[in-house]
Amino acid sequence: MTRVAVVVFPGSNCEYDALAGVTSLGAQAELVWHTTKDLAGFDGVILPGGFAHGDYLRPGALARFSPIMDAVARFADEGGAVLGICNGFQVLTEAGLLPGALQKNAGLKFLCRPTALEVTSTDSVLTSRASLGQELVIPINHFSGAYVCDDETFERLQARGQVILRYRENPNGSRGDIAGLANERGNVVGLMPHPERAMSTLLGSADGRVLLESFVGVRERVTS
Amino acid sequence: MNFFVVVEVTLRHGIADPEGATIERALPALGFTGVSNVQAGKSFRMNIEAENEDAALEKATALAERLLSNPVIEDAVARLAEVHAS
Repeated sequence: MTRVAVVVFPGSNCEYDALAGVTSLGAQAELVWHTTKDLAGFDGVILPGGFAHGDYLRPGALARFSPIMDAVARFADEGGAVLGICNGFQVLTEAGLLPGALQKNAGLKFLCRPTALEVTSTDSVLTSRASLGQELVIPINHFSGAYVCDDETFERLQARGQVILRYRENPNGSRGDIAGLANERGNVVGLMPHPERAMSTLLGSADGRVLLESFVGVRERVTS
Repeated sequence: MNFFVVVEVTLRHGIADPEGATIERALPALGFTGVSNVQAGKSFRMNIEAENEDAALEKATALAERLLSNPVIEDAVARLAEVHAS
């Protein structure tokens, strides 16, 4: 059974949703406080949504210096599956584990609504079980979700298939309609939408399941 | 010596600045015309203990690049404001 660590920073608020999401798919998961320095025994790590360290300075700016982040970087380096959702995505970019940055939404509004996404790469721990071109309806819930990067990074992301999810209708001014991306190896992924809030049709959508199923299905380190 | 340092963080050229744009759009309604290129940023003030001015600025620049700004989207400039008696 896959063991997933859900990291809790002071100010995280989606950790129980993430925990419920992956355990509903049969994974074993536990909350791990941000001062932990060891992630041994886990198959995957999730950095959940919320406002880590109050989002003071910039979202993720202080969280990247939490003691657990060195362990997350090592885990990622060893090929472990790392998923950053919303604030977790912001933390991963601040920590340099994913390229680019997330800037305030173009319309300066906090956005909380379902969005239609397109799967644009299945070469990642989050999208391996989805199909290319598949449409997923998953809610967003953020103020700083506009993906920004320089031209060189943008070209590289596209050329290497690191853009894994795009918005069908860009809600926040993200460059290239990017909603989610992966590192080069595909073992570190970040996205602004919340798949853990789209786990049941009773609650609006079950389209997040295929993403989290992909993630909890990873039992080995990604080597190439 | 103790130096009073101000660090200003602004968005890099070419990065969308929705806050600055919104402020600029609000100005004419208040009767302020002829104002353009409004940019929103952050300002940090701190006392820095250092040997001399250069060392204080070097420290401020280093911490501004490491923590106060995200070099992907922001520029940081440190300047000496005045010497504070500590």
